[in-house]
Amino acid sequence: MNKHEWLQRIYDQYMAYEKREKRIVRFFQAIIVITFFSLWEIASRFQWIDPLLFSSPSSIWHLFITKIRDHTLLSHTTVTLTETILGFIVGTMIGVCFATILWWFPRVSKIVDPYLVILNAMPKVALGPILIVALGPNMTSIVAMGAIISIIITTIVVYTSFKEVDANYIKVLQTFGATKQQWFTEVILPASFPTIISTLKVNVGLSWVGVIVGEFLVSKQGLGYMIIYGFQVFNFTLVLLSLLMIALLSSIMYQLVGWLEKKLIKRA
Amino acid sequence: MPILTIDQVMHAYVTNQSAVLALDHLSLNVERGEFLSFLGPSGCGKTTLLSIVAGLITPTKGRVLIEGKEIHTMRQTIGYMLQHDYLFPWKTIEQNVTLGLKLTGKYSEKTKRQTLALLHQIGLRDVDDRYPNELSGGMRQRAALVRTLATDPKILLLDEPFSALDYQTKLKLEDLVWETLKQYRKTALLVTHDIGEAIAMSDRIVLFTARPGKIQKIVTVPDSLRACTPFQARQHPDFSPLFQMIWKELESIEQT
Ligand SMILES: Nc1ncnc2c1ncn2[C@@H]1O[C@H](COP(=O)(O)OP(=O)(O)OP(=O)(O)O)[C@@H](O)[C@H]1O
Ligand SMILES: [Mg+2]
Repeated sequence: MNKHEWLQRIYDQYMAYEKREKRIVRFFQAIIVITFFSLWEIASRFQWIDPLLFSSPSSIWHLFITKIRDHTLLSHTTVTLTETILGFIVGTMIGVCFATILWWFPRVSKIVDPYLVILNAMPKVALGPILIVALGPNMTSIVAMGAIISIIITTIVVYTSFKEVDANYIKVLQTFGATKQQWFTEVILPASFPTIISTLKVNVGLSWVGVIVGEFLVSKQGLGYMIIYGFQVFNFTLVLLSLLMIALLSSIMYQLVGWLEKKLIKRA
Repeated sequence: MPILTIDQVMHAYVTNQSAVLALDHLSLNVERGEFLSFLGPSGCGKTTLLSIVAGLITPTKGRVLIEGKEIHTMRQTIGYMLQHDYLFPWKTIEQNVTLGLKLTGKYSEKTKRQTLALLHQIGLRDVDDRYPNELSGGMRQRAALVRTLATDPKILLLDEPFSALDYQTKLKLEDLVWETLKQYRKTALLVTHDIGEAIAMSDRIVLFTARPGKIQKIVTVPDSLRACTPFQARQHPDFSPLFQMIWKELESIEQT
């Protein structure tokens, strides 16, 4: 047997092992989902848990079909999804802009530092009522909620990563007489890309929180509204359906950011 | 007129804890086409001096003139290779070596081709589209050298450019750099810890005292050695006596 064949065989063995490992993981993941929903269904049927409160997968499924038929689920979902994506984008962009301003003007950053800490510590959802009165009980204030919740933390995290970029890269640019704007575009921004992407991942979760709370308060439409409504008329099947929709959509958004990360950061 | 004048330069680093004197009343004239090496104990201010000459830090006192003019107006004439390569990990090798051309507005098809040719000449083939983390330490340092040479500076500041290289590559690169610089009559200041390298490459060798850095002695390399390439110089009969002399001189610096 020559070396080439031998290497090929080692490689094949490795790949076979990896494939098997992956299948085992997937298998157990499937088992968990199936067990969870079956136990839920059974427990509900035999009244081990209160079906009024915890509902059951089958009733959620029936409600899902009904809501799809009368088009209400789709419209509520679309509203919430739009608000969340907008809130997410606006929040992240404003946060990165703030971070850029702080980096550009070091004195400003020294001055506002304590206020950033205070703003960050404050629970942003508490601003909800004020936002709704100020901007009106509509989509704008909900998007604002989704955005505001992630702005400060984005500013802090991104600014910190701007500051931590090795100053020697800037030195290299300085030896070529680069301008401050070039420092930013050639070094600071590309060096901080990984951090910006990871804040994106955090912000996906945060904007969902902001938007759902906003919809609780405005109570007009959306998945958050469905939760509040279900709660008020004691229809917990509706509440759980909305929750499952949120879980599904937010994990899809998260996957999309992960995909974006792979696209943007090519180097290993 | 000397191409570079260092006039009574003093520099102190000021931090929250203290102010530390790094360079003390340093004066030096460098003629066009000259090759100078700086030797001295670690921490004596060699990198500080290069940064001042490059205009990256303003000396606390004194001034640096290039062709009689203040440095900030003459930045384009200087190429500075930092102590570590600092290639940008998010740029390919080609993007890295042409960075200076882009920033100084000298980028064109012609200058790009020249730069890539230099990259190949220095032994880096088929790496144009690779990222720095795929290269070895020595390859990275060569790429950094090409990045510095690409903008065609008149004065080159080299901070231990060959320190991460294996001995053979180092000797080859010494010859290559030396020939390139002589051919275009470029002026160079080289910081090194390698006495042999200083002798083989330089016209004059500046010995520094320990912190705060002052000039202890300037050794002029004899014509016999200066006429040879660095590789030949290392075999030359005059090499060893000079090595001994500088060695003793450095020993005496470390004892005081
Ligand atoms: N940014 C800084 N802030 C404070 N002190 C500094 C700074 N940079 C250098 N120093 C101090 O100044 C002195 C000279 O430093 P420098 O880097 O110029 O030494 P060097 O001769 O290049 O040393 P080496 O051969 O190890 O590279 C050192 O004692 C160092 O501690
Ligand atoms: Mg140094």
